[in-house]
Amino acid sequence: MAFYLAFKEVWRNKGRFLTFSMVIALITVLVLFIAALATGLANANKQYIDNLDADLLVYQENVDIQLTSSRIGESRLNDIRRLNGVADLGLIGFASGTIVFTDGREELDISLIGVQPGKPGEPAILAGQGLRSVRADEIVLPQEDAQRAGIKVGDQVTIKTIQGTEEEFFDLLVVGLSTPQQYFFQPGGVLPLETWDEIRPQAPGSGTDQVIGNIIAVKLEDPALLELMSSRIEQYVNDVEAADKPTAILALPGYSAQQSTLSTQQFFTFFIGVLVVGGFFQIQTLQKVGQIGMLKAIGTPNRIVASASLLQIIFVTAFGVFIGGAGTLLLALSMPAGIPIVFSGAAVIASIAALLLIGPMGGLVAIRLALRVEPLNAIGL
Amino acid sequence: MNNALETIKVRKEYGDVEVEVVAVDDVSIQIQPGEFVGLVGPSGSGKTSMLAMLAGLLSPTSGGIRIDGQAVEGMSDKELTRFRRQKIGFTFQANNLIPYLTALENVEMMLRLNGTLDKKGKARAKTLLDRLGLSDRLSNLPSQLSGGQQQRVAIARALIHDPSLVLADEPTASLDTERAYQVVETFANLIHEQKRAGIMVTHDLRMTKYVDRVIKMVDGQVVEELNDSKSIAALAAGTDREQTKTNGKAEAKTTKMDFSAQQLNYAAAGGD
Ligand SMILES: Nc1ncnc2c1ncn2[C@@H]1O[C@H](COP(=O)(O)OP(=O)(O)O)[C@@H](O)[C@H]1O
Ligand SMILES: [Mg+2]
Repeated sequence: MAFYLAFKEVWRNKGRFLTFSMVIALITVLVLFIAALATGLANANKQYIDNLDADLLVYQENVDIQLTSSRIGESRLNDIRRLNGVADLGLIGFASGTIVFTDGREELDISLIGVQPGKPGEPAILAGQGLRSVRADEIVLPQEDAQRAGIKVGDQVTIKTIQGTEEEFFDLLVVGLSTPQQYFFQPGGVLPLETWDEIRPQAPGSGTDQVIGNIIAVKLEDPALLELMSSRIEQYVNDVEAADKPTAILALPGYSAQQSTLSTQQFFTFFIGVLVVGGFFQIQTLQKVGQIGMLKAIGTPNRIVASASLLQIIFVTAFGVFIGGAGTLLLALSMPAGIPIVFSGAAVIASIAALLLIGPMGGLVAIRLALRVEPLNAIGL
Repeated sequence: MNNALETIKVRKEYGDVEVEVVAVDDVSIQIQPGEFVGLVGPSGSGKTSMLAMLAGLLSPTSGGIRIDGQAVEGMSDKELTRFRRQKIGFTFQANNLIPYLTALENVEMMLRLNGTLDKKGKARAKTLLDRLGLSDRLSNLPSQLSGGQQQRVAIARALIHDPSLVLADEPTASLDTERAYQVVETFANLIHEQKRAGIMVTHDLRMTKYVDRVIKMVDGQVVEELNDSKSIAALAAGTDREQTKTNGKAEAKTTKMDFSAQQLNYAAAGGD
């Protein structure tokens, strides 16, 4: 009965309800794109760190776990290696550079990530092989980015970096292609630590005999002992601070600010959605007071009046979310590559669930209103 | 004979202790099945309040209401809702039909509500609408029907589920005189045929032409009952001077004024 009434009303007022579903669809598109942008930007910033085969990251002390400020060298590496419970570790350095081409192809800005071959810090290889030695003039690039730039395994690439005020060029052999490894909004090119130390931008004459990186990635024998190992490292090794991955990611430059901006936007879009649904159905119910009174007067139970309202709201919202979802999919497919929009299953499902809730949430007031209409209304008393 | 409707000193008071209005003042009436009663009286005389109590929409302050021998006062809201859909047929002044259901669906609605809509029921709904001259309007929405047609659909809805009591609140308020007569005549015929007890509240004394009995209320009390067809015909024709000797002129005037005011009101409401 409730379904019959809800369906007939929607069906006989297709235009009005369709228009309203379109508004929900637009809100859906907006919410899904913000979610995708949040995932995309988060990935672009943290992906390399997220993928690290490590449990703890060790920074220089007193830099507020700011990766770019942290300086850490091989002596600390050796100190940490000696601690009980450390399974493996690797020194990692971050810098940036540009791959240039002689044949007119567009330059490709990349993050230069220096790692110790065979140690935590090396990405998973999809094609070719990993880095062979700590001094080799080799690089591993993310497969997608390499393909887009027309780079294959076995190619020689030229990296441009700024040394002091001079542009310097280095030739590296692409030995392997990796899983996606974005770091600081650029594709991460991974190269042996000593090669990295040589080509990274640095002030002239600042060289020391030991290689200085930014962090040490530590793999634990028992990942459950995170807390214990973290304090053990800080206790037994001078001038260092350890952080787990989630903490390290939150501390990435701009990460928290960006994510909280996006989630605020998402929240407000939801909120607007709830208000729009609420307003629409409330006005609609107000217009129907006489009719609802009549329905009740002829003996329609309150339960049916309320569930007809609810069903209608759910139906219109679900339809809008469906259209919006389909629209988003089409838009996403026609998006040019390289835009930081990533539809992760979890984020999309969470957004859609929340979107489906805005109907009933917004409609609550309208349903309450409908429930409170007196059957006496029908005879104008 | 069993009464279809009986009220026992039914009373309705509105307001608090300071400003108290006695809208219905200890009214006792009885109506038999197959009897069509016109409830008339000046504005504010308590007709609507009376109708609302008979319909189980308004609880009496005191007194009793028996419909088919069943006491209405003291039923819970839930029981009243069921009682209304089973035992009462309604036509209202405005908002009579569900705007998104067709004429046929509006009539079937009563059977649907009672869970008794089957093939037979559907056929009966069609026959009834046919009888009311709407056989080619079955799948029209109310917005595609004239005021008179809408009122006739409402009449079909009021009768389809075999109610004990049919209540019509100003069924002719939005119709011109010619249509109004037609609607009331058909209504009266169906009530007689189907042996329902019918009460029609009206401002318009001319509409009493087709009723079997006129109950006249003033200030919440029944002041007059007409049973014989001669005096009813006289009332309807407006030649009943001696019947309303006391305030005859004023009454006739009020009636006319009320009628036009009613129409104005209805027009202003935009027919929503
Ligand atoms: N809800 C109410 N509250 C207070 N007084 C009311 C209410 N409804 C009706 N009345 C009063 O009760 C009396 C009878 O009203 P009503 O039943 O509408 O008469 P009628 O239908 O004959 O015009 C009038 O004096 C009216 O003002
Ligand atoms: Mg009235």
